[in-house]
Amino acid sequence: MNDLSLHILDVAENSVTAGATVLEIRVVEDPVADRLIIEITDDGKGMDEATLQAARDPFMTTKKKIKQVGLGLPFLAESAQISGGDLQIESILGAGTRITATMGYHHIDRRPLGDLRATITTLVIGNPKVEFRFSHVVENREYIFTTWEFKEKLNHTSLSSAAGIRALKESLAQGEAGLR
Amino acid sequence: MPKLTIQDLAKMRDDARKHIALREGGEHRARITVHMGTCGIAAGARDIMKTVLEEVEKAGVGDILVTTSGCGGLCSHEPMATVELADETPVKYIDLTPEKTRKIFGEHLLAGKPIMEFALAIGSERRG
Repeated sequence: MNDLSLHILDVAENSVTAGATVLEIRVVEDPVADRLIIEITDDGKGMDEATLQAARDPFMTTKKKIKQVGLGLPFLAESAQISGGDLQIESILGAGTRITATMGYHHIDRRPLGDLRATITTLVIGNPKVEFRFSHVVENREYIFTTWEFKEKLNHTSLSSAAGIRALKESLAQGEAGLR
Repeated sequence: MPKLTIQDLAKMRDDARKHIALREGGEHRARITVHMGTCGIAAGARDIMKTVLEEVEKAGVGDILVTTSGCGGLCSHEPMATVELADETPVKYIDLTPEKTRKIFGEHLLAGKPIMEFALAIGSERRG
C-alpha cells in the first residue's frame, strides 16, 4: 500500500465484508500538534477477544476454509508505527469495530494521504447498500459528507449512472476544496 | 465533534435505511464487480474502478451497476473484475489494466461481446 487512502479503502472494505451497514471514516490532519489520525468505525459483526488479539497477526484470517491470510490491518499497523504512531483496535462482538491509526504528521516516513476522493468514490459507488459518513478535518476546518444526504439529493438517479458518478465527484471535489 | 458510539451508528443506520428505498428503483442491464480485497487494492483495483467510472461517464449510461467485492481467492491474478449481462453467464477478467478495462467496457458491457483473451474462465465465485 503506497498511500494512506489505499489503507482506508482496504480497511473499509473489510468492514463491509464484516456486514457493516454504516461506516464512519474520519481523517484528522493536525500539523500543529504533529498528528494525523485515521479512524474507521463500523457497525459490522465485531470481533471476540481471541480474534481481536490475532487481528494484527499477518497470518491470521477469518476465512478459514480458503486459508488466505489477512494483511490489511498488519499493513496499516506498520504504516502507523514507522511514522511514530500506532494502531488501536476496539471491537464489540455483534456491535462493531473501530480502528484508529495515529501517525506523526511531519514524520519523514509518514505515507502521503493519497487520493482520498478516489477512495470515497470507490466505497460509495461500489457498496450502494452501505451508508458512509466521511469526515475530513484539516486544522480547524471540517468537511462532512454523508451518503444519506447525498442520495437524497440524487433522488431516483442511480448511484452508478453517469449522472450519479458526476454528482458524487463534484460534491467531493467541492467539499475537499473548502479545506485548503 | 464528540466520538461516535455504536448506538449513534445504529441510529444513523436506521435513519439511512429510510432513504434506501429511494434509490433502489431502476433496473440494471449489466453489472461489473471490481474485486477490492487487500490483494486487489495492492495490485491497482482502485484505478480499475476509476477507469470504469470514467467510462460510464463518457458513455453517459445509467443502466450499468458498478459494485465492488472482496478477494475472490486468486490474488496473483488481481486486479480482477466480473462482468454480468442480464440472462448471461458472468465472465471473470484477470490481470486488468486501465487499457484492458476500457476495451472490456466498450466491447462487453456496451456491445455485449465478451473478450475471451482477457477472461479467466466463465462463472462466478460464491456470493455472500
